[in-house]
Amino acid sequence: MTIAPVRQVVRVKATPPRAFALFTQEIGRWWPKGRTIGAQPHADIVMEPQPGGRWFERSADGAETDWGRVLDWNPPGRLLLAWHLNATFKFDPDFHTEVEILFAPAEGGTTEVTLEHRNLERFGASAADVAAKLGGGWPTMLGHYAEHVATN
Amino acid sequence: MANLSTALAALSDPTRRVIFERVAARPSAVGELARDLPVSRPAVSQHLRVLKDAGLVADTADGTRRIYRLDPRGIGAVRDWLDRFWAGALADFADYVETQQENQP
Repeated sequence: MTIAPVRQVVRVKATPPRAFALFTQEIGRWWPKGRTIGAQPHADIVMEPQPGGRWFERSADGAETDWGRVLDWNPPGRLLLAWHLNATFKFDPDFHTEVEILFAPAEGGTTEVTLEHRNLERFGASAADVAAKLGGGWPTMLGHYAEHVATN
Repeated sequence: MANLSTALAALSDPTRRVIFERVAARPSAVGELARDLPVSRPAVSQHLRVLKDAGLVADTADGTRRIYRLDPRGIGAVRDWLDRFWAGALADFADYVETQQENQP
């Protein structure tokens, strides 16, 4: 089965090479504070600039929390990430969904950034698995997940 | 999720949970599920009916068979959240790019 991917488009005032660089190298500066999964707020977020590279956050005390991996690093046009957070928002090396970000040149030296988060149907199986282990129901886990994220 | 307690009750049965996990992992017909599990075909059908009534699985016709799959509405919560989440994150990114541009000499 497939669930329609999440797709978001935004226009940014920078050329694609610059948009790509800011998106990847300075993600720790634009990503909303407190909207991460580490025990402490993030001091930085790192995408290692090659396929297979790690994607993680680092808190001020140096603790690192993995988010996923870089699958394709192709500046200035395309970035493909593996989001290894499961339906309970925990890092799981055996579970991932894909996040693809495309940087397309637009008029006036701007860039149209298109983000697609796909394979969302995998969350269903993951949630069911977690629910089975915990003896609860997957709707409950999804509820906790949504709530956790909304309040964190 | 239309009715949380109905869904929880539906998943409280271990066999039903296994069937649900199978269906979540891969759309399946009743016969396929019955073949892979130590449960009779009528019993599988009965479990699927309960899961369907709970809004956890949906079925579609495929010739004479019915194919069961995860009900997309069930993981709508995750999708809705991600949609809002990425919209917010990208808006923050666009704002950040704009400030950086202003700071450029």
